Amino acid sequence: MAVVDPSTPLTVATGNLARRRRVDRFMRGAAVAAAVVAVAILAILIISVAQKGASQLSITFLTKDPPVGLSAAGGGIADAIVGSLLIVGVATAMALPMSVLIAIYLTEFSTPRTARPIRLALDLLNGLPSIVIAVFVFGLLVAGHGQTGFAASFALAIIMVPLIARTTSEMLLLVPKELRDAAHALGVSRWRTIFGIVLPGALGGILTGVVLAIARAAGETAPVLILSSIFGNSTTIDVFGTALPNIPMTIFNDSESGVPSDHAKAWGAALVLILFILIGNLGARAMLARQRRKAMAR
Amino acid sequence: MGAARVSPVTVAAPAPAPLSPTRRFTDRFGDRALVGLTIVASLVAAALIVLIIYKLVDGASGSISKFGLAFLWHSTWNPSTSVGVRNANVFGAGTLLYYTVVTSAIALLLAVPLGVAIGVYLSLLAPGRLGAVIGPLVELLAAVPSVIIGLWGILVLGPFMRSPIMPALHNVLGWIPIFGAPSATGLGVFTASVALAIMVLPIIAAISRDLFLSVPMELKDGALALGMTRWEMIRGVVLDSSRAGLAAATILGLSRALGEAIAVTQIIGAGSAITANVFATGDTFASRIAEQFNDSTGLWTSSLFYCAVILLVIELAVNFAAQTIVRRFERRMGIAAR
Repeated sequence: MAVVDPSTPLTVATGNLARRRRVDRFMRGAAVAAAVVAVAILAILIISVAQKGASQLSITFLTKDPPVGLSAAGGGIADAIVGSLLIVGVATAMALPMSVLIAIYLTEFSTPRTARPIRLALDLLNGLPSIVIAVFVFGLLVAGHGQTGFAASFALAIIMVPLIARTTSEMLLLVPKELRDAAHALGVSRWRTIFGIVLPGALGGILTGVVLAIARAAGETAPVLILSSIFGNSTTIDVFGTALPNIPMTIFNDSESGVPSDHAKAWGAALVLILFILIGNLGARAMLARQRRKAMAR
Repeated sequence: MGAARVSPVTVAAPAPAPLSPTRRFTDRFGDRALVGLTIVASLVAAALIVLIIYKLVDGASGSISKFGLAFLWHSTWNPSTSVGVRNANVFGAGTLLYYTVVTSAIALLLAVPLGVAIGVYLSLLAPGRLGAVIGPLVELLAAVPSVIIGLWGILVLGPFMRSPIMPALHNVLGWIPIFGAPSATGLGVFTASVALAIMVLPIIAAISRDLFLSVPMELKDGALALGMTRWEMIRGVVLDSSRAGLAAATILGLSRALGEAIAVTQIIGAGSAITANVFATGDTFASRIAEQFNDSTGLWTSSLFYCAVILLVIELAVNFAAQTIVRRFERRMGIAAR
């Protein structure tokens, strides 16, 4: 039996307990430090981009095409902004209906047995590296034909479908079953119920998923590198005919260059991209919070 | 005063209006069309996986039939087609396999302990308000595109690695061959691995936070009531009951690290020699594809397709493994709940 010195007050931890408390404090401190490291990394990343990109940002930078000639100074990235908007827009136009239909099938029509392979396929698509999807689309659309903005859109759509389908089906499941039953009881057909009641009820959540997927697609570089990277330096809107300049490729090319003015342009383009993505993410988050509050009220 | 007499009038019930045939038609048609459309969309998604496998293998067939499985361990990669050059137009991915494993391993070594610790902090230690701010910030890290991490890696992280990190590690741990001579630019395998760790970190942190939150409150309270310290409770109850989930989280992080092409291409420096020194340059499957695809022709392109096939196989296996773990874990939890 341990000998207890009767003169020490009971509230003071001694011996083994003191050691255990020290370990406890150390480990908890380590966990806090880990969280600080993660936030610091994010802060350093964002501050680097903001600091080095802000000096580039100007009306000219956003509205002028790049100058002719390698590594020439001046000009802007208007061509890349237009191209990125077009590529991502076309990708969204393809991915959105497709994913909503898949989500409707999963939540409204499937049986557990038919749902499993579809969910598995979505998970596998989601797990594929974007470079693999890019090489696949190269084999499908580009080999023998040449790069196009559309090919990049197609690859981005493949990346977006599992993301949108998953959030949409989660949101459809949140719509109370009573609403569907009530519609049924009133003799409303399935498709009218889905389009008139279920989808509108989940609209906020679906939009959140779409915005997050767009933010993800806008920064994807591997697909545009393989499928839409050989372009001139003027604004084009010919999505189906030629490769379109785009923001990720601008950053990629300028980051690999040895010329300081190119690096400056890369930081500027990175700031434009990261602002777009941050605003999308924060907006989506706010939308989701509102949606949750509404669901709670119900 | 006679009560108003109601004459017994027999009201002829109005003949039931025939259901409008057009509405019935649109409803019947609408229902079937919607079911059909959703099934087609779902089948297209499933078929896409098959088509991807087919197209990649088809593109790689030239290289597969020429080099076979030996492609995986031969490390000659020579796109030159000029006559007289030794090993001209011979391709092997041994170097790529090696550096893919090395970069992913270092990335996980850095990101898993850090990510799990963040998960512990967010789920068990953070005061409510602070956790509600830090959690989303960590998730925001996952939203930073890899090309921006690559740009930052070249221009900020690289110089920081060149001095002081690499010389410091070399001076202290230089007797281990891993920490060899620092690279001149600060770029290389180690710097690329750190960038990968930054990308994997939010994945591990988010999953482990959710895992730890799902450990039943009764277990945590019971452990504390028995006189355990918070850390003993975390180690004995929370971490122990989340082992399978943490394995799955690690595998998902691995899947991200293995397939990342852009940031690695920008940072790793396109080396082609296998050395133990992690400060040297290297190349992974994904980064080699990103680097060379647009310049390649013929057998060269086919070999890059072969790299994509290998990545595809690895990723499919890794994702299956993660799902199997999760499913087994869920089954066990189901039994435990009963």
